Amino acid sequence: MTPFSRRHFLSALAAGSATLGCPALVRADGAAGRVVVVGGGFGGATAARYLKRLAPHLQVTLVEPAQRFHTCPFSNLYLAGLRSWDSIGHGYDGLRVAGVEVIHAMADDVDSARRTVRLSTGQSLAWDRLVLSPGVDMRWNALEGYDEAAATLAPHAWKAGPQTQLLRRQMEAMGDGGTFVMTIPDNPFRCPPGPYERAAMVAHYFSRHKPRAKILLLDAKDNFSKKALFLQGWKARYGDMIEWIGLSDDGQVTRVDAGQREVLTAFGQKHRADVLNVIPPQKAGVIAERAGIVDASGWVPVKAESFESRQVAGIYALGDATLAAPMPKSAFAANTQAKVAAAAIVAELTGKAAPVPAYANTCYSLIGPGYGISVAGVYQAEAGRIVEVPGSGGVSPLDGSPDFRAAEARYGDSWYAAMTADIWGQPG
Amino acid sequence: MPRSSFLLRQLSFLTRLALFLPGAAGATSLQPDDVALLAGTCFNCHGTNGRSTTAIPGLHGQPEARLRTRMQDFRAGSTAGTTVMTRLMKGYDEVQIDALARWFAQAGDRP
Ligand SMILES: Cc1cc2nc3c(=O)[nH]c(=O)nc-3n(C[C@H](O)[C@H](O)[C@H](O)COP(=O)(O)OP(=O)(O)OC[C@H]3O[C@@H](n4cnc5c(N)ncnc54)[C@H](O)[C@@H]3O)c2cc1C
Ligand code: HEC
Repeated sequence: MTPFSRRHFLSALAAGSATLGCPALVRADGAAGRVVVVGGGFGGATAARYLKRLAPHLQVTLVEPAQRFHTCPFSNLYLAGLRSWDSIGHGYDGLRVAGVEVIHAMADDVDSARRTVRLSTGQSLAWDRLVLSPGVDMRWNALEGYDEAAATLAPHAWKAGPQTQLLRRQMEAMGDGGTFVMTIPDNPFRCPPGPYERAAMVAHYFSRHKPRAKILLLDAKDNFSKKALFLQGWKARYGDMIEWIGLSDDGQVTRVDAGQREVLTAFGQKHRADVLNVIPPQKAGVIAERAGIVDASGWVPVKAESFESRQVAGIYALGDATLAAPMPKSAFAANTQAKVAAAAIVAELTGKAAPVPAYANTCYSLIGPGYGISVAGVYQAEAGRIVEVPGSGGVSPLDGSPDFRAAEARYGDSWYAAMTADIWGQPG
Repeated sequence: MPRSSFLLRQLSFLTRLALFLPGAAGATSLQPDDVALLAGTCFNCHGTNGRSTTAIPGLHGQPEARLRTRMQDFRAGSTAGTTVMTRLMKGYDEVQIDALARWFAQAGDRP
């Protein structure tokens, strides 16, 4: 497919030892063929970009319906009024400049025997390797009464888009003294600290505009990510505005009446809301089911070394859709998984050994302006499983000074800028 | 132990041939591709190839010895005022820290 290019050969020689990272000769001519990537979010867009970076002659096609991708990270800051909607949107020109072919469509079906994927445009794409990073889909009706129609009244806002904007409008329309109720699912779900950061960001907005408002969190668990730090931060910034009720105190919601904005708990208690935010149980994006890579859990089992599906050879899955515990379902995790998968695919197509996989995560959460907290972890593949490197990672210290919290708020901003530039930015 | 990257590459190639792909845990040798992948876990904060445009310091082209010392200090937990690096660096061993310091120091040729 790729004709041998003398110019590339010479420039590879010229680059010589400088390109310590990747032997240029192999990079330029080895990896031929086509990789189709479905989903232009954190996992998919990273994979497309790094495939091209590692193997410029590889044909890489990214399939994503949205012209602009709005990120879940920092969508809570949008709810708070600390970020504009535009500032959390990213287009695909940077990926195009990097040589990725971007097709704005949905992938409707995968034929893993013929190695094709059918798009909503009717077009069919052939692939040598397929990467699926479709994120999550909601398990409609897993929580009684919560289906797609209910979500138009009681938004989940767990995919950044019209749902997020709807929730913000409802917050604006709510009277002072109203109650914002959020229901939170059991693990696993997208972004373990996300609901608790949202509570803080909604509280930030209320504290400015509706100081008598209440926020009630009904949780199907007793423990959650960075719990002690969140409880401390909520109290420090918002006093008693946020009330959290865990599983043991009847926090588990079993039924939703979106029309009445009412929820029912496991022990039969009713809560009425003025704004109702239901974060429902989730599963891998449906295209993963179509591709036959999902197991009974609703998620995608993958090989720890490469994120190739354990069920169908040649198909890789990334990000929230996968069973990657102890890695959380985070944008940061999806980004490092995508880099590993891209390197594994290029190695495979060039007949080399795949590099040693390296994974990491850091999730920053904002309690309020100038008050940030984080959780970090470093992971590796060991005997076919992903494990956290012993002794690594952890959460911000509980006794962190105001300066420490301010620094983490600033670094959270930096993380967002660096991460989105690494993925959607113009090539440097 | 000073050694040219060329020599290192030959050595690690031979080691790997002999040992059949050592795992990441306690890795005794790292291929150039391994190090590039490892460095990718830093880009989300320090910028692609360590070129930062934010409040997080850039790594790109910094002196190798300084990068190594900083990382070793983070790993030992002996750096006041550090927010996240003390937690992250405990996930990287001496060999990895060495290779990362060299990779970012030599990143000058990369965009
Ligand atoms: C409120 C909130 C806050 C968060 N904050 C953070 C944070 O601060 N830090 C962090 O690391 N993570 C955060 N996350 C988590 C983060 O959003 C996800 O982990 C991340 O988006 C996962 O990446 P992904 O590639 O798996 O899915 P996504 O980024 O959701 O990308 C999936 C893409 O696939 C597309 N797609 C789906 N199906 C198809 C199809 N059939 N054909 C074509 N395209 C398709 C979708 O349109 C979408 O663009 C947050 C999440 C939420 C909800
Ligand atoms: C979650 C964000 C994040 C990630 C990921 C990250 N860093 Fe850092 N790094 C920081 C921050 C923030 C600082 C400033 C010190 C602090 O507060 O921890 C820093 C400081 C450093 C410094 C000191 C720089 C100087 O000039 O003093 C080095 C060296 C460094 N990091 C190396 C790395 C390497 C190598 C990796 C990848 C293995 C990495 N970092 C991953 C956020 C990050």
